[in-house]
Order: sequence, then C-alpha cells, then structure tokens
Amino acid sequence: MIPAATNDVLIDATGIEKSFPGVRALAGVSLQVRAGRLVALLGENGAGKSTLMNILSGVFPPDAGTIRVVERVVPNAPSLTEVRFASPRAAQALGIGIVHQELNLIPGLTVAENIWLGREPRTAAGLIDYARLHADTVAILTRLDLPVDPETLVGELRVGQQQLIEIGKALSADARVLILDEPTSSLSSHEVDVLFNVIADLKRAGVGLVYITHKFEELARICDDLVIMRDGRLVGTATYGELTRDALVRLMAGREPKEIFQKTTTTPGAELLRAEKIVLPGDGAGRRFLVDHVSLTLRRGEVLGIFGLIGAGRTELLETLFGQHAGRATGTVTVEGAVARFRGPADAIAAGLAFAPEDRKRDGVVLPMSVLANASLADLRPALRGGFVSPAREHAHIATYLERFRVKTPSVDELIINLSGGNQQKVILAKWLATGPKILLLDEPTRGIDVNAKREIYTFIDELTQAGLGLIVVSSELPEILALADRVLVLCEGRATAEFSRADATPERVLSAALPDRAMALAS
Amino acid sequence: MTSPDYKAFFARFRSLLALGLMVLALSLLSDRFLIPDNGWNILRQISVNLCLSIGMTLVILGGGIDLSVGAILGLAGAVAAGLLKHGLGIPGTTLWIEFTVFGAILAAVFVGGAAGWCNGFAVTRFKLPPFVATLGMLSIARGLTMLWTGGFPITGLGYDFGHIGTGAFLGMPLPVWIMLALTAVFVVVTKRTRFGRHLYAVGGNERAARLTGLNVGRIKLAIYTLAGALAGVAGLIVTARLDSAQPNAGLGYELDSIAAVVIGGTSLSGGRGSVAGTVLGCLIIGVLNNGLFLLNVSPFWQQVIKGGVILLAVALDKMNSKGRET
Repeated sequence: MIPAATNDVLIDATGIEKSFPGVRALAGVSLQVRAGRLVALLGENGAGKSTLMNILSGVFPPDAGTIRVVERVVPNAPSLTEVRFASPRAAQALGIGIVHQELNLIPGLTVAENIWLGREPRTAAGLIDYARLHADTVAILTRLDLPVDPETLVGELRVGQQQLIEIGKALSADARVLILDEPTSSLSSHEVDVLFNVIADLKRAGVGLVYITHKFEELARICDDLVIMRDGRLVGTATYGELTRDALVRLMAGREPKEIFQKTTTTPGAELLRAEKIVLPGDGAGRRFLVDHVSLTLRRGEVLGIFGLIGAGRTELLETLFGQHAGRATGTVTVEGAVARFRGPADAIAAGLAFAPEDRKRDGVVLPMSVLANASLADLRPALRGGFVSPAREHAHIATYLERFRVKTPSVDELIINLSGGNQQKVILAKWLATGPKILLLDEPTRGIDVNAKREIYTFIDELTQAGLGLIVVSSELPEILALADRVLVLCEGRATAEFSRADATPERVLSAALPDRAMALAS
Repeated sequence: MTSPDYKAFFARFRSLLALGLMVLALSLLSDRFLIPDNGWNILRQISVNLCLSIGMTLVILGGGIDLSVGAILGLAGAVAAGLLKHGLGIPGTTLWIEFTVFGAILAAVFVGGAAGWCNGFAVTRFKLPPFVATLGMLSIARGLTMLWTGGFPITGLGYDFGHIGTGAFLGMPLPVWIMLALTAVFVVVTKRTRFGRHLYAVGGNERAARLTGLNVGRIKLAIYTLAGALAGVAGLIVTARLDSAQPNAGLGYELDSIAAVVIGGTSLSGGRGSVAGTVLGCLIIGVLNNGLFLLNVSPFWQQVIKGGVILLAVALDKMNSKGRET
C-alpha cells in the first residue's frame, strides 16, 4: 500500500481499540480510506469489521486511538483533522455515510420520505417541498436503475429493492466516504451490476469507499485495496491482486482452507425422506414461486447439502418440509415410504423430523427462558412425574444431551440469552436430539458462530450421520457445504438447478449452478 | 465479586423489600395499621384484584393483554345474581329453571370462561391483537350486563350466597381462602405443568414455540379462557360481599390488575414474570390503598400516588434488565 503521506487520504484511523463487556472487539486497528479507491474489509464473522465501521460512522466512540478526517471546508487543500464523533449525525456532517447490513428503513413511509428522512427539502413556509422531494428522489432512483414510484411505501418493496433504497439514502447525502456493509446480500445479479456501476461512478468522482463482503467473486469487479481482519486485529493489507484467494482465506481463517473439516465416510442406508414437486407460491409481492417444483431424497446416514444464494428458496424449502406452510404449499412428502401430510411443525416432529432454523434468536430459542427449559421444550413428557414437571427428572433427562453437545454454560438454569451463538445452537441440537429424530434439517447451522464452535458443530453433524440420522444442511458458505455434504442440491430462484455427488461437487460447478446469471461464475 | 450477587438479590426481592418498607413505615405512622383486624381487611380487599390478576398474569406471560376482565367480572356477577334470584326461563316455552347457590356459582364461572374463550378465539382464529379483541369484549360484556340487569342492581341474594363474600372458615374469611387456593393452584400450574412451561415459551418467543411443535393456538385459547373464568370467580366474590350485583361492578378493575402484574415484575412483553410476583404486586397495592386511607390521604391523591408507584416499579425493572443485557 502507498504510505500514509499521500494527500488523497480521506480518513486515517490509527490504533483503534474497543472493548465490550467480556469481549475485546478491536485491539489496535488502523485503516485508511483514500479518494477514488475502494478498500474491501475481509474477515470472518466476529472479526471486528462491523465494530470498526460503527466507530468510523459515529455509532459509538473508540476506547483508544485517533480518527483523522479531511474537513469538507477545504476540499482542494486536504488537511486531516482529528475528530471525535458524538453521533452518526456528526459523522454524516463530515461526509461519512454508511449502509448498514440490516435495513434501517421505515416501512410505513414512502421511498422519497425514507431517502430524505431528516433532510427533507423545505418550502419558504417551512413545510416539506414535495415537488423537490419527488424530483430529487427520481434522480436517485434513476442512478440506481430502480423502476419504482417515489410515492411507493417502502414496506411494499422486495428486500433487494429496499437494500437499494438504503444505498440511495447514502448517495443522497453526497458522502465523501461511503461505507457499505455486505450490501449485496439480497440483491439480484442485475441489481448487483447496477450497484457496481454506481460504485465505479463514485470512485471516478473521488469518493472513498469501504466495502465489507464475504463474496470473493465481487472483489475482482470493484476492489482496489484489501484489509483482512481476524479476532479484532489487522492481519494483512494488500493491493487487490497481490494475494491469491487461498492466501486470503488463510489470512482470514488463520489456517488452511481445506482443513475446514475431515468428514468420515459413511455408506448411506435406506431412504428416509422423499419430497416430490414441492411448490410454495409467493405471497404476491415477489416471485411467483418461492419454491418451484423441487424434489429431493434423503437416506439414512447421509448429509444432503443444499446450496444457494440468499433468496434461492433454501429456508422456504426446509420450512415447507417441516410443515410450516401447510395449506399454501403443494407436493408429496413421504417419510420412510409412508405419505406424510403435515398440518404443522407438530406433525413433522411426530414423524421424526427436527428443524434448527437460521435465525436462532427469532425462531430458535426462547430468550427469557433457561438453558434447561429451552432444551426440554420440544418434549417435556420424560420430565413429568404424576403429570407434573419434576425438576430433578427434567435435569436428569436433558443433562445427557447438553453434555453430549458440550454446551458451555455456568449452569443449566442460566438464561439462554446469556450464552454465545454457538452454545445456543448446541442447546437447540440437544433439544431436538432429546426427541429422538430420524431427520434433522439444519438451516445455516454455523451462522454467527465462532470458529471453534463451528468445528464442534461439524463434528456433531458427522457423529449424527454415523448414528444413522439423515441430515439436510443448508448453507450459503460453499466450503462448508463441500466439506459436509455427501450430495449437494443447488437451488437458484426457487428451482433446483443441479445435483452433484460429493466427488463431482467442485466449488466452480456448485457456484455456477447457484448463480442466476451463469456468466458471473468466475470465483477461483 | 459480591456486587453482582447483591444486585441480583436486590432485583429478585425488590418487590418484597418495597412491601417490607411500606409495612414498616405505615406501622410507625399509624397505630391502626399493624393490627390483626386490619391485616384481614387488607387481604379481603385484595382478594378480588388477586383473582383477576392471576388471570392477567397468565395472559401477560403468554404475550397478550386482557382489558375485558373487569367487564367480565360484572357480567358473571350479574348472571349469578340474576339466576339465583329469578332463575332462567327457556324462551318459547313455559319451562323455568331455578338455580341453587352452587348452580349460580358454576354459571358465573362458566360465563366468565366463555367470554374469555371468545377473546382467545378472536386472538387465535382471526389474529386480532389482544388489545383490540379484549377491548371489544369489554364493551360487549358491559353491554350484556346492562341488558341482563336492565341497568338496576340485583339485590337480596340470600344468606348462603352472601357467605362467599362475608363468611369465614377456621377464622379466615372465605374470599381469602379462595384467593390462597387459587394462588397455590396457579403457582403450581405455571411452574410445574406442561401447560405452564408452554405458556412461558409462547410468551417468550411465539415463533420458536410454534417451530418446536407447541400448539400455540390451543395454549392461547386456554390462557384467555382461564383469565375469563377467574374474572367470573372475582365477580362472585364482589357480588356476594355486597349482597347485590351492580351493573357497574368491576369498572376499571382491569387497570388495577395490570398494575399489580407489572409491579410484581412480570414483563409486559411476555415470557418473564410469575404468579408469586403478582401476589406481591397485589399486596403492595392493597397495603398502599389501606395505608393511605388510614393516614386520611384524599382518594384523589391516592390515585396519583398509585400511578407514581407503577411508573417507579416499571422504571426500576427496565433499569435492571438493561444492566443484564449489556
């Protein structure tokens, strides 16, 4: 990288430190943002990327370190001034804009009102100047190639469109530094193209960009510089192209990529689950079919990996198999040869299915309840004595499962909210194993989980497979799918586009089948 | 480290501590407070609110709210009184059913339960927000009470029925017996049964509960039905104590019971709290009302002070839960 002395530096952050109770999120990180260049910030979940971006955009102050920013007042003679942001608004005033990973839009307001929220143009009388608001919004929407009316309520848009509105909001502020935190997670390939064109325009206009992503294939198209973080530290900086993909992954993970997991080879047994022509119609706003005539089979002692990008219908497929969309979905499901008609999750559970959802906090655990109560929730019968819950029995019954999955908790009576994501996931596994399932559906089982807990989860998946369960694992992490699956089913826009045996499943083939626009499959 | 332990202890027994301090202060301020008669008085006074509040605790733990309990109390009391006094004619026939005291009691509990079931049905089947569903029931039950009574009190219900409100057994007033029995039953129900566990799960995270295979609809239906039936019991106590069913009985009682639940530390967002906490909440409100009365504080100021106590209790609870999350 070019040394700090050059005068195209827009933000120079040095020695940034930040701790939260119990966690050191950032331990002396430095970052430069330069005019007309995009610096990609890479790192696994929990590496500290979002914390760093929150500090740069004024969400909270650092514990130590300095941030120097080019003052807007002297654009032609840049001089860096040390700043301490008091709020996101103060950072905005200095020309720093951010598009957070989560959407921060107000569904009940229109597109125009959302984009200019807090900065609405006023008429002489002090009322909102709707004519100008409309015109300014049309200009932004044109830049984003987004064919929606500025008067549309944001709540009526697709998630991908909402994400573009969020980007439009940042554009509307004329930021001189723009931070994008995984902006493409729910964009279609066309929308991604539009975004990348906008990024190129911004670079030409001298805007400095910070871009957080997990998608290597995006880097080739937009990236100038790379910064790699791990465990709250900087572990590498480079100009794009200096490092191979393998070297990058090694830096991010701190270990060899092929070391993700060594699967035990098993011979699959009898067929457990067969689903034919599963269809889940959309709710009218988006695609016609969320799941579009997907068929699959699963055998005893087998891991079926389902890969697909966000929006491919992976979660919806699992939910449908689990009986959650009874009444809306069609198709035939047979469990061990018998036709199953699930009216709801309870029926699916009775038939031997279990489902660990992607969004654990929202769908998986009951946060105000204890670890023990969460683990025994699916089946309390073994804990009953004379019809009443016996704490001693409950404890005795569940403790074995909690131990089997090595749940780390000060006590089983601890509230589950106080456990890490990895341990919460283990509690969910314990809960399901206690019901003696035959088929386990895992939706992004390692999302938001630290590296060590991930490895443990992989081991458990392996053990359960050897024990004769059939597992369906959905993941958006390609290496994870390739490491775990005996067979890989690829979904794209609701359809099954390919199925590979373990031997045939190369990253290129699988990814290529998952991309709506096959030409984009260039990750190497 | 001792400070978190101390904090946790304080958080856990905050309500008890507050109650203790109030009792201490009132004992010093008034020589009529700490005497046995006044103690029974307080317990008798809170018995109605506690019946309602136990039901309200179930509803709030399950993630809902019930604004109709006061109106259901009024309806159930009026139905019991009317049936006892006049019996029930079958329309279109000359049949006339006379009700015994026991029959009237069953009818009151049944009417309360049925109204509660309607609440639950509206919430689960038509996905109405509990606030709206029970607000509707508030008006319906109040209107039905007026229709049933014609707007006039039903009085002269006889000694046996009045016994429920004024009688005593082994030296303890019957309403207090009822209150203690219901408390015991529902402490066990919430803490030691499958239904209780599922209730907490539904209130704590309905989506997760459904995905874990719980029949969320049936659980909610049971919750609202129980809350209605308990309001029916409360209606019996009120009617029996006054020896008359007033068409306006229970007016605004839902607010007192929500207050008791909240002061007792149950979270309005569901899934967190206990029946035991609600008992303390009722005691705090009861002791406060009684003490302010003994100290000759004007009833208008009593309301202001009660409002302040509710705000303080919830503010402390928020501060405490914030400290736990970060």
